[in-house]
Formats: sequence, C-alpha cells, structure tokens
Amino acid sequence: MKRKQHVMAVASAGGHWVQLMRLRPAWKGLRVTYVTTDPDFYQTVCQYAENDGEPLPGFHTVVEANRWQKWRLVKQLFGIIFIMARKRPDVVLSTGAAPGYFALRVGRLFGAKTVWIDSMANAEELSMSGQRIGKHADLWLTQWEHLAKPEGPKYLGSVL
Amino acid sequence: MIFLTIGTHEPFDRLVRALDVWADQTARKHEIFAQIVSPASGAYRPKNFETVTHLTPADYEARILQADLIVSHAGMGSILTAFTHGKPIVIMPRRGHLRETRNDHQYTTVKNLAKRPMLFVAEDETEFFTVMDHALENIASGTPQRLSAVADTDFTDALHRFLLSSTKC
Repeated sequence: MKRKQHVMAVASAGGHWVQLMRLRPAWKGLRVTYVTTDPDFYQTVCQYAENDGEPLPGFHTVVEANRWQKWRLVKQLFGIIFIMARKRPDVVLSTGAAPGYFALRVGRLFGAKTVWIDSMANAEELSMSGQRIGKHADLWLTQWEHLAKPEGPKYLGSVL
Repeated sequence: MIFLTIGTHEPFDRLVRALDVWADQTARKHEIFAQIVSPASGAYRPKNFETVTHLTPADYEARILQADLIVSHAGMGSILTAFTHGKPIVIMPRRGHLRETRNDHQYTTVKNLAKRPMLFVAEDETEFFTVMDHALENIASGTPQRLSAVADTDFTDALHRFLLSSTKC
C-alpha cells in the first residue's frame, strides 16, 4: 500500500490559526504535523482529531515573532529548520504569517511541495509574506477573487 | 454577557475606552468581560469591567459561548469564531495611521466583507455608541445564523487533491 502523504500545516497564533483550522478537511485521512506559536493549541487539535475521528496529529511550536523582532525571527527560523529536518513532510501548507513563510522556504529546500493560502485579512493587497512567497509556492492562493491574477495568486475559494 | 476581545497581538485602547465609556453611559447595565493585550505602561485601564490579558483556547471558547454579544477588533480570527458560534459581533477596525496595526488591512477587509445579519460595524469610536445600541436592539429579535465549522467542501476538496498529488521531489 502506498504510504500516506505527510502534510505540515503551519500558522502563527490568532486569525491565521483560526483560518488554518477551518481548512482541516483538506488533510483528512493524510498524516498531518501542525506547527504554530502557542503550545495551548495542542489541546485544540487533539479535540478536533477526536471529533473528526482522525489519529492524533503531530504538533510543534516555534517562538512568536513579528517583522520588527529580528532576534526572535532568527530563533523562529531555526525552530522551523529543526522541525523540518526531523519531519521531512511531502508538502508544507500555510495561512501565514512569518513561521509559514519560513516553513515554505525551508520546506522547499528539503524537497517538499508548498502551498500558501493568503489570509482573508488581506482584502485589497496580499500580505507582505504573501507577496514575497509567490515564486516559492507550488500553489499560491488568495482568498479574495478580485486579487487573483493570471500569473498568480489563484483563487480557489475562501474559509468563509 | 458582553465579551470584548482585541486579538492576540497588540493593544487596542481606542476600542477598550469606547466600550468603557459606553458601559458608563448606557441606561441598561450589562455584564462585560474583556480579553485585552498586556498594556504597556500608560495604557488605558477600563473602570466598568474586568479584564484578563490571556485566555487559554478552552477559556476563550467558554467566554464566546456565554456571550450574548461579542465586541472585537476587525480580526478574522474573532470574526470567524463569532460566526461559527452564531454569535452577534460588533467590530471596529484597527487603523494604520494610528499605529494600531501595521497598515489599514482591517479597515479594507471590513469594507470587503459581505453584509451579514448579526455583523455590526463601527468604523470608529464616534460611531461605536450608536452601533452598540443598534446591535443590542437587533439581537433581541434576530435569529442567529451559524457558519459551518469548516470551509466550503469545494475549497477543501481542491486543496485535498493538490495535497494527494504532492510527493516529494
């Protein structure tokens, strides 16, 4: 039997995470490892796994960082590299923000396919990470139809 | 109970103050509970309700379930959570020029969000009082519309097909 696809699903705490959770039917039946910035979310994913009749997912955290916290960003990047080197997923998927950007870049170096779903919170232009990740994403999506362009990002739907 | 939540990342004094002033002036008294972000020195301290700076996901969900009305910044996390629980929500966007967040993405998102029966938008603190009163009048008579717990099947199926086809190169 063919082994299950291994998906790494990445989002920082807050709205990005809420959006990621709404997409979980996309990896139903596949092996999933979550990466986020708040250890408390382990309870959340275990609860969902139980409700959805799925096995317990992998779960890892990296430090929270925004674009002005350079040292924390470096720590976050090293966290992502460490997790990626150990887990070696087939595909890395993210709704943002910084940890997702790093995970797609690093994941690709390890040979993974990459999926970026830009946050719904960016209705008039893509997020900064969303713009920069375009050429590194195998599937590059916006959740607003009017932001889709022939050269990408594409629109396949939204979490709402 | 009215539940004020301003998201995970940054303070939003303008909304905390607006709700505090509203609570002080409104004729009917409401129980209010607030999740705010750890105030830096000099941040506004509300006089009319209790605040906490962090809620675990379980506590957050419990507060949402208890709430008759949610008051929030215009963050997608709070908005989606209110919708999935069928709770009415008043939102006020953070503004870029006031340095409440990095740019005006909350403001533009609010402009692009489709109208929903239990979504009430206060563009700024001057509209907040009217919008709060309007929301409270409407939630008494309105029927909650609950958003499904996950995204549309069309979208997640399309993603699923892509994930299935993704084998490491």
